[in-house]
Amino acid sequence: MQAVSRRKWISRLGALGVTAGLALGGFFPASAHAQHPIRIGLSIAQTGPLSSGGKSGLVALEIWRDDVNARGGLLGRPVELVVYDDQGNPSMTPGIYTKLLDIDKVDLLVAPYGTNPSAPIIPLVKQRDLLLIGNFALDVNSQIRHDKYFNNQPWASAKDGAAPYLALCRKLGAKTIAILAADAEFAQNIAGGIRAGLKDYDLQPVYDQNYPPNTVEFSSMIRAIRAKKPDAVFVASYPSDSTAIIRSVNEIGIGDNVMLFGGGMVGLQYASIMESLGSMLNGVVNYHTWAPEKSMDFPGIRDFLSRYQPRAKQANADSLGFYLPPFDYAIGQILAQAVTATGSLDHKVLAKYLREHEIKTIVGSIRYGPTGEWANPRMIYVQFRGIADKNLDQFRGAGKQVIVAPDAFKTGEVIPFSQSRN
Amino acid sequence: MSFELLGEAIIAGVLLGCFYAAVSVGLSVAFGLLDVPQIAHPAFLVLGAYGAYYLGGFGVDPLLAGVLLTPVFFLAGLAVYRFYHATFESRGTDAGLRGLAFFFGIAFIVEVALILIFGVDQRSVEAAYIGKSISLGDVRLPMRMLVAVGVALVLTAGLMLYLSRTFTGRAIKAVAQDQTALALMGADPVRIKQWAFGIATGTCALAGALLIIVAPVEPGLGRLYIGRTFCVAVLAGLGSMPGTLAAGVILGIAESIVLTSLGASWAPAVAFGLLLLVLAVRPAGLFGR
Amino acid sequence: MGRWTKFIVGAVAVLVVALLLARLVSNEYFFFAGYVVLQFVVLATAWNILGGYAGYVNFGSGAFFAVGAYTAVALIKAFAAPLLLQLAAAVLVSGLMGLAIGAMTLRLRGIFFSIATVAIAVICETAVLNWGFVGGARGATVLQPPAPALFASYARLLFVVMSLLAVLAVALARYIEISWIGRGLRAIRDNEEAAESVGVPTLKLKLFAATASGALMGMAGAPFPLYMSFIEPTSAFSLNYAVSALAMPIIGGTASWAGPVIGAVLLGSAQQIVTVTLSSELNVLVLGVLLVAFVVAAPDGILGLVRRLLGKAGAK
Repeated sequence: MQAVSRRKWISRLGALGVTAGLALGGFFPASAHAQHPIRIGLSIAQTGPLSSGGKSGLVALEIWRDDVNARGGLLGRPVELVVYDDQGNPSMTPGIYTKLLDIDKVDLLVAPYGTNPSAPIIPLVKQRDLLLIGNFALDVNSQIRHDKYFNNQPWASAKDGAAPYLALCRKLGAKTIAILAADAEFAQNIAGGIRAGLKDYDLQPVYDQNYPPNTVEFSSMIRAIRAKKPDAVFVASYPSDSTAIIRSVNEIGIGDNVMLFGGGMVGLQYASIMESLGSMLNGVVNYHTWAPEKSMDFPGIRDFLSRYQPRAKQANADSLGFYLPPFDYAIGQILAQAVTATGSLDHKVLAKYLREHEIKTIVGSIRYGPTGEWANPRMIYVQFRGIADKNLDQFRGAGKQVIVAPDAFKTGEVIPFSQSRN
Repeated sequence: MSFELLGEAIIAGVLLGCFYAAVSVGLSVAFGLLDVPQIAHPAFLVLGAYGAYYLGGFGVDPLLAGVLLTPVFFLAGLAVYRFYHATFESRGTDAGLRGLAFFFGIAFIVEVALILIFGVDQRSVEAAYIGKSISLGDVRLPMRMLVAVGVALVLTAGLMLYLSRTFTGRAIKAVAQDQTALALMGADPVRIKQWAFGIATGTCALAGALLIIVAPVEPGLGRLYIGRTFCVAVLAGLGSMPGTLAAGVILGIAESIVLTSLGASWAPAVAFGLLLLVLAVRPAGLFGR
Repeated sequence: MGRWTKFIVGAVAVLVVALLLARLVSNEYFFFAGYVVLQFVVLATAWNILGGYAGYVNFGSGAFFAVGAYTAVALIKAFAAPLLLQLAAAVLVSGLMGLAIGAMTLRLRGIFFSIATVAIAVICETAVLNWGFVGGARGATVLQPPAPALFASYARLLFVVMSLLAVLAVALARYIEISWIGRGLRAIRDNEEAAESVGVPTLKLKLFAATASGALMGMAGAPFPLYMSFIEPTSAFSLNYAVSALAMPIIGGTASWAGPVIGAVLLGSAQQIVTVTLSSELNVLVLGVLLVAFVVAAPDGILGLVRRLLGKAGAK
């Protein structure tokens, strides 16, 4: 009996030891070699509601990575992207970024695509004092004020982003406004910018409601808005809601006195949604980052788009590439310029460089303000005109997304919403 | 809220309510009549919706797809009940917790399987009646909701007639009331219940198609309907078909009014709030036995 | 007291191991993942007190967890309360919520009770979504204070704190199980009417079990905002907590305190590994399949299987 139990115990301890060793070993990947690549870590939505933008942004980053490696890499080392799919879901990003830092041990970090998935990462990088390049996030750093955050998107702030829309309201003589916003980070931020500016532009809010993120049925809300007879309607929504709202307006109507409709609807920049909504988009005024109009012909952008579009087709990503891709390519350029100029991967050194210098990218020159946002906002508002159904190619040329605000980039005058609907 | 707006909200609520009745009818049978803790009912609805989506890819009209899939779902229901009865009902006592957990697990598996097959993105179908509306004076009624009303009436009336006029139907009502008596009269209660569960699951095909006609679906949609379907089934008075229609309309109007006045932030809580109210005040429901 | 010696020794050993790990392991991710596993130990143990012992299935575990977390957030935002106070407040608030659902058991049995717990969960989530003070749908950021001496990072401190909470939860579950309370709960689970007719104080016992269960779940949730530095309603109230809190005890075995622990450690670790290596959907699918498999084929869970195996071996 004694011998048997001792043998049992030894084998049990042995098994335990091996298991423990394997488990702990799983947390310590093989150590790196001398000439190893520079690893840039990020998560991006490849599935889920933001996937259309996310996939297109990834293609752009991959183009940048190939461009850089073709020229010999950064600091003589090849560049490698370590990418995870976060499904556009803010609950997944903290785990992914902790893994990027502690298991994959990446050298540089890029934020997830989108305001909602980025918000949890800011406290994380602040606590570890790391550099983070933002990817289409609005106002995520305004409260925490981390000094090593630099955004790639030309919002500057919610207030700056809202200003061109409010200016359009004034131009059209609008006196009343209805606000409909999704109950989530981005939508609330931009709607907050509108709400803060109402008094300056003499606008009376006659309707101001939030809706929970899973809402699919908007008829009641559209009906309620119509009953208030507003002059302008500002909507801040996400791809699925944006689609549903446009369809609902098309189905039951918003009223003939509405002069301005749209504003902060994510998804109306995605090629697939633009194509499926077609003529229902006519007259809608919505934010965008870039449109194929004369005023936005920055050096390098046309070349980039011509290289992006065939690759996007292969990767089954957004075939137009106007929204995220140029700015995600710019992320690469931002990092490359800082790393090359300082010759270092130290986050403090890189942050100091980015704070103090002008960065040249295919979306223009960038100068950063104190919270890592662009010192000069460059968000545009476009109006959809003369859109036909089921035709994607029509969007490639000028004239379909006429830039109506701000004045610096304007290529046409805004037409009241009710007039441009047939 | 103006009188006009209230009127519109009520009309919209009635349409919405008929839709809720249509998707809850299967639960009224499975849970109301058979006492099966069918918490996977909304998941089967979503499965039906994706079925319609899949067939829609071949150009099949969603309503037709729903009808075509009904026998498939019926057979699946037969199988599920046979398994459920053998594993849980016949074992007695602890079966309550396990049966519930079983269906909960099934619901979960269905949802995740849909995610793996179709992805997490929303899916929708196209049909001639989706996107258009009919004008009734100043009010515009979306056609897809009118289709929902039609289906709801067909389902509730059809089941009501079936349960009261046919032999099997009456046997189903009998087994709900007194299983032993039915057995003594020579009918096999288990086979009757199996047949009823098959019917209940069968309705999920057409009701699921309705789901995707009314709005785009995504795999996690079932969770939003747990509250609504159980609210309707309980408020109806377990097993009553006319009750299901009435309860659905009540819920629809309540939700519509809340949506229009308080805004959408509180809409998810309406069904559950109403359910808790019913359970507290009159658990037997409107037409309960 | 003799029944407790082995347990106390084991508990102290666990705490010592946790402290040692916090000092020796260099990779931060270990604590990130380990915290989650320990958190599930508490959740599974808490669920089992009402679900396994008394037979009342709670589908709204996520809400209790989130209410605990949001109580902590509210206190942090109001006056930067320390962790201990957050824990105490979370226990109090979630305990009261547990008391409320315990009262519900007066009128509601079986599936009605379970549906009602879902209702409570949805109503809580809607309320929190609309509560601007804790950030509503936009979420709230909570920066971790600097780590105290002895700990290389705040995450390690939270890891040790959660180990302590796990030990406390399991101790309470064990106490309930082996005391007259456990006997009464088992009687309720087997046949509530019979238990009542024999004189078991069913209402008091149910209220106690529900309050304890709720309080422990809230306790598990209280350190969550500090752990993540960010909290928002959709992920805090996630159905994943409800399913895990239910699946882990069923898979581990509901009859005893060891079942939820086994279920939580095994499934929790597996979840962490799979989420990191494969997709997160696959991990949830495995959970669902295991749940159905165990409910159908092995109703007594892993504990039951082990007992059967040992029983067979003993018979030889």
